[in-house]
Amino acid sequence: MSDLIEIRWHGRGGQGAKTASLLLADAAFNTGKYIQGFPEYGPERMGAPITAYNRISNAPITIHSNIYEPDYVVVVDDTLLESVNVTDGLKSTGAIIINTTKPVEYLKKVLKGYSGDIYTIDARKVSQEALGKYFPNTPMLAAIVKVSGIMTDEELLEDMKNSFKHKFAKKPEVIEGNMKALELALKQVQKI
Amino acid sequence: MSIRERLSGNEAVAIAMKQINPDVVAAFPITPSTEIPQYFSTFVANGTVDTEFVAVESEHSAMSATIGAEAAGGRAMTATSANGLSLMWEMIYIASSLRLPIVMSLVNRAVSGPLNIHNDHSDAMGVRDSGWIMLFSENNQEAYDNMLMAHRIAEHKDVLLPLMVCQDGFITSHSIENIELVEDDKVKQFVGTYKPEHYLLNKQEPMAIGPLDLQAFLFEHKVQQANAMKNAKKVIEEVAKDFEKMTGRKYSFFEEYKLDDAEIAIVCMNSTAGTTKAVVDKLRLNGIKAGLLKVRVFRPFPAEEIAKSLSHLKAVAVLDKSDSLNAVGGALFEDVTSAMYVNNKNVPMVNYVYGIGGRDTTEKQIESVYNDLSEIVSTGKIDNPYRYLGLRK
Repeated sequence: MSDLIEIRWHGRGGQGAKTASLLLADAAFNTGKYIQGFPEYGPERMGAPITAYNRISNAPITIHSNIYEPDYVVVVDDTLLESVNVTDGLKSTGAIIINTTKPVEYLKKVLKGYSGDIYTIDARKVSQEALGKYFPNTPMLAAIVKVSGIMTDEELLEDMKNSFKHKFAKKPEVIEGNMKALELALKQVQKI
Repeated sequence: MSIRERLSGNEAVAIAMKQINPDVVAAFPITPSTEIPQYFSTFVANGTVDTEFVAVESEHSAMSATIGAEAAGGRAMTATSANGLSLMWEMIYIASSLRLPIVMSLVNRAVSGPLNIHNDHSDAMGVRDSGWIMLFSENNQEAYDNMLMAHRIAEHKDVLLPLMVCQDGFITSHSIENIELVEDDKVKQFVGTYKPEHYLLNKQEPMAIGPLDLQAFLFEHKVQQANAMKNAKKVIEEVAKDFEKMTGRKYSFFEEYKLDDAEIAIVCMNSTAGTTKAVVDKLRLNGIKAGLLKVRVFRPFPAEEIAKSLSHLKAVAVLDKSDSLNAVGGALFEDVTSAMYVNNKNVPMVNYVYGIGGRDTTEKQIESVYNDLSEIVSTGKIDNPYRYLGLRK
């Protein structure tokens, strides 16, 4: 009955985790899905830990609570790994995707024996290479799409191309870089 | 063909207001309803609507300006939350007693203090006796649909009362979800043009609005208001029928979800009803006959209809997202139990105050309520009907 996919995002205020969750909702919506995208509003400041959520399904979604047992967790900032229990409730059949360059041993230690799949990506490198600036949310969006298989790479790229055209109507020079960030991230996210 | 979109609850309300294109919108920003006048003011700036947007300096002025505009003969709207509504308090009663069919979006938030910007229903419950029609919305779709139906109800000659459309702050106001929008021209046709019978700018009929009204007639005028509220029930049903013809979406005083053959049920309002539906579905898979009654029309309160709808149950829990601090129970609980008593329906009932100040309401919490109800059915005992759900231990 349930094809519901639940995703929890961990990031820091200003990194675009909320925006990434809304972009993912948008992209999934455009492939015909029912979606929810919502941040957990707290005392938000630049740099403070924030949480955002996605529900994606082929059927209408009526639940209106936060997500406690996600299928996937996306960690946009690896400095959160020691201060936030990022694997809390994460299904062992699911996966966690982390923006990091930290060694495998370290990750296994801070994830406290999480038995599901662990994926990493160096979103800083991808973003610097593609955009010349550090915006981790675009690579992380591509990474969660790749790992979860919510849509194909082509569907994501096609949809985001249109979305960026609209979003960056006033600064079209950044569209190419963002598209490149997506493409690189789709290739570079890897299971450890 | 309806338009498939994805919008937050606030966006949905702003789009509805754009399609309605009222004469005047006066508003002052307050979280979590700020986005509504924010988005709407961009429609004004872009020339998408020809509304006069009044950026007032307080919510008291927002309600005063809508009262002035509506009394002059225009169609006026506003939006607010929590303490914004508190600051409107004086004018809220004046709007309804002057019989001005103003429409307001109330994005529910806890009334201070201490300061809290998150969702509960304490703002709405504070004005439940102020003579406004109050519609509640489970999600962005219902917030939008209720908005489209609002003017037809409020402006009907047998009603002429202001109306507020409630939705849960952040939970639905800031969550992006799928929605089906109605085309602009269809909305325009459905809502129609406002043609008030009496209005201040009618030079053929000079009149005063809101003069002194002492012992001789205030009582009679209050009874007229009360009768208008009773009349609203019929109009709400008629408008819902027309809306269903246009959209296929059916609305009534309340929604019964798997209630027909249910033995235990929850009564609640707004977004929690959606979470409850998911729990009902799960419990049904385990053979538990759980159901839900989601109240949409809270004022006028459909007492007789609710009593009838709940009469076959073995136990009922009423969920209040606001504590009345009266040592008895929440407002919805009191209304539902009173409805049962005067209609001679005797069903064991308990009250849960929940979700205060944005405390997240989870499926587990809702499931625990159904477990409690099963316990009540098997033991026949209710030790304490005034309970809390999701309270820290």
